[in-house]
Amino acid sequence: MGYPHTSHQRETAVLSQYFGDTEARTLDGWKKRGGYQALEKALGMTPADIVNVVKESGLRGRGGAGFPTGMKWSFMKPGDGKPHYLCCNADESEPGTFKDREIMRWTPHAVVEGCAIGAYAIGAEVAYIYIRGEFTEPIMWMERALQEAYAAGILGANAMGTGKRIDIYVHRGAGAYICGEETALMNSLEGRRGNPRIKPPFPAVAGVFGQPTTINNVETLAAVCPILMKGAEWYKGMCLSNPKSTGSKLYSVCGNIQYPGTYEVVMGFSFKDFLYDVCGGPVKGRKFKAVIPGGASVPIQTMEEAEATLMDYEGFIAQGSMLGSGGVIVIDDAQNMVRIIARLARFFAHESCAQCTQCREGTAWTTKILERIRDGQGTMEDLDTLMGIANNMTGTTICVLSDSCATPVISGIKKFRPEFEALIHGKRVHSVMAAVA
Amino acid sequence: MAEAKMVNLTIEGRTVSVPEGTSILEAAKTVGILIPHYCYHPSLPIPGVCRMCLVEVEKAPKLSPSCATSVAEGQVVHVHSERALEARKGVLEFLLINHPLDCPICDKSGECELQDFTYQEGPAESRLRDPKRFNPVEDFGGDIMYVPNRCILCTRCVRFMDDVAHDTVLNISERGDRALVGKFEGKDLTHAWAGNIVDLCPVGALLSKDFLNKARAWELDRAASICPNCPQGCNIMIEVRDNSIARLKPRPNDDVNKFFICDYGRLNYRWMNRQDRAELPMVRNGANLAVAEWEVAIHSAARLLKDAKPFVLASPMLSNEALFLLTRLLERKGGTGVFRVATGEEAPLPGVEDLALRRDRAANVHGAELLGYTRSENPLADLGADDVLVIADDDLRGMTVEAAARAKGVIVIGTAVPDGLDNISVVLPIANFTEEEGTFTNLRGRVQRFTQAKSPPGQARPSWLVLGDLLGALGAQDSFFLPSDVFADLANARPEFSGLTYDKLGMRGLPVLNAETAGATR
Amino acid sequence: MSTKNMGGLESPDMASHDSPGHETSYTPVFTGDVRKELDTLLTRYPTKMAALLPALWIIQREHGWVSENGMAEVAEVLDLTPAYVKGVVTFYTMYHQHPVGKYFIQVCTTSPCGVCGAEDVVKAFLQQTKAGELGVTSPDNKYTVIEVECLGACGFATPIMINEEFIESVTPDSVSTILARLP
Repeated sequence: MGYPHTSHQRETAVLSQYFGDTEARTLDGWKKRGGYQALEKALGMTPADIVNVVKESGLRGRGGAGFPTGMKWSFMKPGDGKPHYLCCNADESEPGTFKDREIMRWTPHAVVEGCAIGAYAIGAEVAYIYIRGEFTEPIMWMERALQEAYAAGILGANAMGTGKRIDIYVHRGAGAYICGEETALMNSLEGRRGNPRIKPPFPAVAGVFGQPTTINNVETLAAVCPILMKGAEWYKGMCLSNPKSTGSKLYSVCGNIQYPGTYEVVMGFSFKDFLYDVCGGPVKGRKFKAVIPGGASVPIQTMEEAEATLMDYEGFIAQGSMLGSGGVIVIDDAQNMVRIIARLARFFAHESCAQCTQCREGTAWTTKILERIRDGQGTMEDLDTLMGIANNMTGTTICVLSDSCATPVISGIKKFRPEFEALIHGKRVHSVMAAVA
Repeated sequence: MAEAKMVNLTIEGRTVSVPEGTSILEAAKTVGILIPHYCYHPSLPIPGVCRMCLVEVEKAPKLSPSCATSVAEGQVVHVHSERALEARKGVLEFLLINHPLDCPICDKSGECELQDFTYQEGPAESRLRDPKRFNPVEDFGGDIMYVPNRCILCTRCVRFMDDVAHDTVLNISERGDRALVGKFEGKDLTHAWAGNIVDLCPVGALLSKDFLNKARAWELDRAASICPNCPQGCNIMIEVRDNSIARLKPRPNDDVNKFFICDYGRLNYRWMNRQDRAELPMVRNGANLAVAEWEVAIHSAARLLKDAKPFVLASPMLSNEALFLLTRLLERKGGTGVFRVATGEEAPLPGVEDLALRRDRAANVHGAELLGYTRSENPLADLGADDVLVIADDDLRGMTVEAAARAKGVIVIGTAVPDGLDNISVVLPIANFTEEEGTFTNLRGRVQRFTQAKSPPGQARPSWLVLGDLLGALGAQDSFFLPSDVFADLANARPEFSGLTYDKLGMRGLPVLNAETAGATR
Repeated sequence: MSTKNMGGLESPDMASHDSPGHETSYTPVFTGDVRKELDTLLTRYPTKMAALLPALWIIQREHGWVSENGMAEVAEVLDLTPAYVKGVVTFYTMYHQHPVGKYFIQVCTTSPCGVCGAEDVVKAFLQQTKAGELGVTSPDNKYTVIEVECLGACGFATPIMINEEFIESVTPDSVSTILARLP
């Protein structure tokens, strides 16, 4: 709902309806707004029925990969005699993304409820909400909501008086972007370095503590509550373009734009309208130059591409990028692309877990070259080297952090090459002058 | 064990059939294709992190890490396709950008997999134009030094300490390109098996302080052998330079020591190079021992033994062959054979079943017992006044030797002349185990061959040859030209060894038979 | 770029030491109520190891940083080795391996904030706290300023954290007010 701004009439506020409403944070307030009815309803259904509704709704993972949620849940074999676990991925660390933070800050009970439903649906008695360490405020609200839910008998050994055990715990991260990768998250939760694991085995077979595990994003789990209440058809109806992308989606918008904040629109919304109308367009006197629409890991879009985009999983791909986490980073004409890309590379170099050779070495090397170009010490040869490195970093490692670092480099050089060349060209002038001096 | 299901696939155009669950990397080995790799090691868990073993599998969208990808029916694998080669070349370039390229002063040079695979398929030059990262060398304690600049973070060392040694003293510290192998201040690599991480390290990052700057790998001559330092019988490679042993390395044997040896065994090799050896045969001449021809010395020993009862004090470091020939000597007049063993702390390697540095600190304790020798703390107690004492390579150190004075005569068949005896009649100098060929029987009854690694000093001869000649001088009919002939005699004479030959033992050994099953055909 | 306090000076309660990261005396943390707190945490997980991150948070809460002695204590109570714990500690950037100032100020400078002027916020903090350099504690031991990777509040550029407190929309102009407000 455009938080922290007033809601725009073209938004569809499902999850963001109560952002900014302090009363919705409390159990009473949440119940007054219809809270925990979905959980009550869910506990009266069979897990298989819940999975079917979610499948039917077309809900796809909101963390970035867009995997169908119902299908993911159906991988958890009931009655295998093993403990099942649900992990709620609240390690929101993708630069440009801060939507889960708002969900947890304003509607923590929506997350608790979503987790409880998810846990029940996959046959888990324990769910962990893994929240990045820097999110002190969301952690506080989530802990408070859990306390209230336990005190009210919603959670615990006899959840809502049904005799079913649902325990939910917050687990605080400690500063590692990569822990948002599901297998790294599981390692971190187990008390290890947050190294992504090689797959197979997949989490549904051997996840956290070696047991069948499902990992869902905060937004995904929160969306399950309205789906159960209003039905799959209602959710499927929220679709303006490709029927494979359904529902409403939160976008966190930041960078050089009039009204940065968290917005919610239905799948298939026009990105052009979104940027210029809903989010207020560029700041006064500036023009948009580029958009990174799905968090720092996705390809950079030119404005031409962005303006032609319909906002859903397929729509962003069709215009040279990805929906990703919905973290929209807007860049205006006052910015230098090389500077931005170099800073992104530095981010990935800082966050590489160090396991895979290409990522450990490639992210750091890419950063060194980009910063050299940024500082006017680059050569044209460096651009070829950067492309070569990026190529070697793509599709060759355990997780996609390596690819994520290569992505803005490749798309940046391809789409904004003159900015690189200008800096390199500038260097020649400087070095001639230095030689003369 | 149930018959494993076989899977058929094609690797580089060759048809391969391997049990289900085999990795592509291991399957490729079976048809002689070594896929370059660093983090993978058959004795360790598979992390799949170095990404060196990427291969192209038809129908797979991405290149596959062959160490972590199981074979599948009908799979078509390309190891040397352009795409796979390009990717591996990329990995090598990445591994080398921060590497100091200091091969001329690196101990691992010549046996470094970074050199090998770069030579094989690496880039000819680096595109790096920026400064390299630098970290100082660190003493990890024990015998180990860490050179982080050469480290490729394959984590083999960390996994060995964790999963095999069960002593997590190493870790990966930091992350990104700042990552390195770390340890905790004050907690050193003192584990009894820690030295194996030097062998496991595929590059020059982990070095043995003992071997530091000692020799270039390519100057070393290598001989397959058995570690003599305890009855475990770990298979080793003796590495020699200028007829001097430079180091001992483990030689893989799945049935005995997997890929490992303990630090005690590894570092306890200096005695094999000792210089104060018995080099010439000697015979007593009045108050002194005088140098003599071999013929003369052998015959004077034979004269002493002709009618007397021998009392043999044998070293459990002697080969089965030497111990067997000594029993022949005993059988003539019903003599006694004894031995003593130095002992120490047992030190197991917890991750491998039945692998430990054993309490007994000699190779052939079991062999000596099988051949009828009696273990004793006070081995000369039963020495009779009419006996001829044969000291077969026991150095008598730490032993009271007064009893030896009552012997009718003393014959030393050894690598050195023991101190403290003034009644030695004859000295027959023999080779130590690194200088001759033979077999040991380990504590589980496994008979294993060792080969000659260097030449003996002076006129010292192989123990089996000396003993064969001595028996010949005493009228025995057998003569031996090869240690395998001695072993053949042993196999004929002793039911436990029946059917065994050097050829059958190969270089991995075979167990002796139980008394009950003795005589059955092998 | 490191978020480690490479030049960490001693905090006022610390005895002088040769190199950062060493301390001469150490008071164990997991006794009495804190031990009970850890025991409660342990009930949440099927393994002891899983309580490692929470246990390290407790050490940092009690001592202000995670020293080698702290790591050793955690290793002891969770049946781990100190080397293992150190490997984990050094992976996560939020555990201080050196003493830091009373106010540990983290300013997000990742690209989304970078395009909104985060670097000027960093400069303002470095100047006004007299810390001067990133990662260096100010002469009065009060402030340590670092650049931090994405704090996940990009729409509120520039977000900062002072110890556990999260502050949004900081500009160079608001730095002095924020510092003045600190006790």
